[in-house]
Amino acid sequence: MNLISQALAKDLNLDKALGIFRVLDDQGVPDESLEPKLSKDFLLKIYEYMVRTRILDEWLLKLQRMGKVAIHAPNKGQEATMIGAALALREQDWMFPSYRELGALLVRGMSEEEIIDRAMANADDPLKGSDFAIYGSRDKKIVPAPVPVGNQIPHAVGFALAAKIMGDNIVVLTFFGDGATSRGDFHFGLNFAGLFKPPVVFVIQNNQWAISLPVRKQTAAPTLAVKGVAYGVPSIRVDGNDVLAVYSIAKEAVDKASSGEGPTLIESLTYRLGPHTTADDPRRYRSDEEVKRYEAKDPIPRFRRYLMYRGVLNEDLDREIWGRWRDYIETVVRRCLSKPELPEEVIFEDVYSEMPWNLREQLEEFRESLRVMKSLGLRVE
Amino acid sequence: MPTMNMVQALNQALREEMRRDPRVIVLGEDVGYRGGVFLVTEKLIDEFGELRVIDTPLTEGGIVGIAVGMAMYGLRPVAEIQFIDFVYEAFDQIVSNVAKIRYRSGGQFSVPLVIRSPCCGGVRGGMHHSQSPESYFIHTAGLITIMPSTPYDAKGLLKASIRVDDPVIFLEPKSIYRTIREEVPEEDYIVPIGKARLVKEGSDVTIVTYGAMVYKSIEASKLAAEKHGWDVEIIDLRTLMPFDREAVLKSIEKTGRLVIVHEAPKTLGLGAEISAYVAENAIELLRGPVVRVAGYDTPFPLVHEKLYMPNVARIYMAIKKVMEY
Ligand SMILES: Cc1ncc(C[n+]2csc(CCOP(=O)(O)OP(=O)(O)O)c2C)c(N)n1
Ligand SMILES: [Mg+2]
Repeated sequence: MNLISQALAKDLNLDKALGIFRVLDDQGVPDESLEPKLSKDFLLKIYEYMVRTRILDEWLLKLQRMGKVAIHAPNKGQEATMIGAALALREQDWMFPSYRELGALLVRGMSEEEIIDRAMANADDPLKGSDFAIYGSRDKKIVPAPVPVGNQIPHAVGFALAAKIMGDNIVVLTFFGDGATSRGDFHFGLNFAGLFKPPVVFVIQNNQWAISLPVRKQTAAPTLAVKGVAYGVPSIRVDGNDVLAVYSIAKEAVDKASSGEGPTLIESLTYRLGPHTTADDPRRYRSDEEVKRYEAKDPIPRFRRYLMYRGVLNEDLDREIWGRWRDYIETVVRRCLSKPELPEEVIFEDVYSEMPWNLREQLEEFRESLRVMKSLGLRVE
Repeated sequence: MPTMNMVQALNQALREEMRRDPRVIVLGEDVGYRGGVFLVTEKLIDEFGELRVIDTPLTEGGIVGIAVGMAMYGLRPVAEIQFIDFVYEAFDQIVSNVAKIRYRSGGQFSVPLVIRSPCCGGVRGGMHHSQSPESYFIHTAGLITIMPSTPYDAKGLLKASIRVDDPVIFLEPKSIYRTIREEVPEEDYIVPIGKARLVKEGSDVTIVTYGAMVYKSIEASKLAAEKHGWDVEIIDLRTLMPFDREAVLKSIEKTGRLVIVHEAPKTLGLGAEISAYVAENAIELLRGPVVRVAGYDTPFPLVHEKLYMPNVARIYMAIKKVMEY
């Protein structure tokens, strides 16, 4: 197949950056010449990741409404992109996600429990209550995202370049949105990537919107992928709601990077079916009809139709999968809800490797303020 | 007179200025059809159109850089940074250009630009939706920095900021965007830049503060009166740079005691400057140490933010410390 290399061969070949690569049609029927040969188990695993992501996403919304989670950025509709891309990584590879990639976290081995602890910032939160809507774990080779859009892009490039300098065979994959392609960080990162050819894969989750700004008002470029071409980074556009398309292309990009052939940019065309975050009201800027149109392209039913078409899934098994994960995740949520808060003094930890005098002094004042509050019967307002 | 909250007052200020002066335009992320994420620019696009209310691509450096060019040409742009926590990409433009073009051009060019942005904590916004970075701006010669605490002041100060010939960083404490309502005239008025507001008269100790901390200081002053009969005077600076030194000095002439309260981290916060100013120029007025109540010198945390921020207990402790000195 070798689609990216073809693009590379003609050097500034724009075809791949302008067209759309897809394996499944809207009904889930594959183009057999492009269909990857994947085992039944692997196909079901992909499907289960999609199911888990959807259920987890629904729970985080619910927990936010209950006041247990500060804010949540819904993933609904984008599962194929995040899961297809993350599945292409190998054990030793690293990921720099943004704030909308629950499925990729699951693929990389974070558990629902770790994710919910994180979202609730409870006593088991691996990031110790630092910020909302971000996830990561050094063990799982996931670097927690910065909330400022796109900051992680040059980090991923530098990380990959460092591995190249050290002679380590790893690939770094970073996710970001269509909006992020307007930030300086995108351009810094792509420019370096084009020049120094580190083993990095950029995945743009082009979900058509950056809060209220549609992608056609984000840039006058014909596609986002052409921006990669401009920096000398082989770039390709895929149907981001077709998990087999995303997986095939990401796999090729990872293979290419790991064999020393440098970076790839993948523009994955998808759609955010939910609000930007739980603090958003999308009716102010987009129509219900548009959302309905894209609901018909939901990546999960599309892949389910494919699995049924191939005889990998039937109604009974489908029901069993959803039921099993619903029950499991509900149990996890209950457990997370019963955990205590983070201790108050955690806010002074991890500022420096060692606490300097000003913080030590302030920590004493902090303790005193807690005592005074208690003795005066003051509650934190 | 209608009562309104700060969001409505700011919206009205923008609308009136845009009607008054065709050079006034608004630009920023989601400011058009979304009306801004806090709705400060709601429906302006309906009246003034896409040329004067510009939904920009997602780049703060771009927004500010473009606004500089517009301002040099003669427009009066009001650029919104969606949260002040995202301004850092624009720092190059702000520090190297917004603040310096007048000086660099020997006074031939100016940048009459307003950068307005929600700031500060108290809404469970976490590390990157809660910061109080005013010191960076105060420290940069060429910039005026403002933070209102009431709807009335917000409207009058924003109008004054749009009209002044220097660049203004206009910080809006988002936690009180909708919690405080008061009467706001529907006609034109301005609140002068550089003048503080006496929030509450008192004779024992002065609190100098601004933004949402005005309200925490009022609560703490009630506690101090209740517990000890101490009479606290409260000054809301409103303009942080240039701050109203007369108002500060006049008050401590009377009270001889000074507490400074702000959300921004303590080290090199505005409290440090005010305290040094008083020490240099009016040490003889003081009967005790100047005490600062400020954010701790850590990143702004998602958890326990109400304990991180100056709260009633912490302000009360500071009052007690200077009163019992
Ligand atoms: C530097 C910066 N500016 C503004 C914001 C506020 N903000 C959060 S997400 C977002 C839109 C991002 O759009 P996109 O990159 O397309 O990602 P999506 O949210 O669609 O996944 C904005 C403006 C931010 N987080 N960081
Ligand atoms: Mg987007």
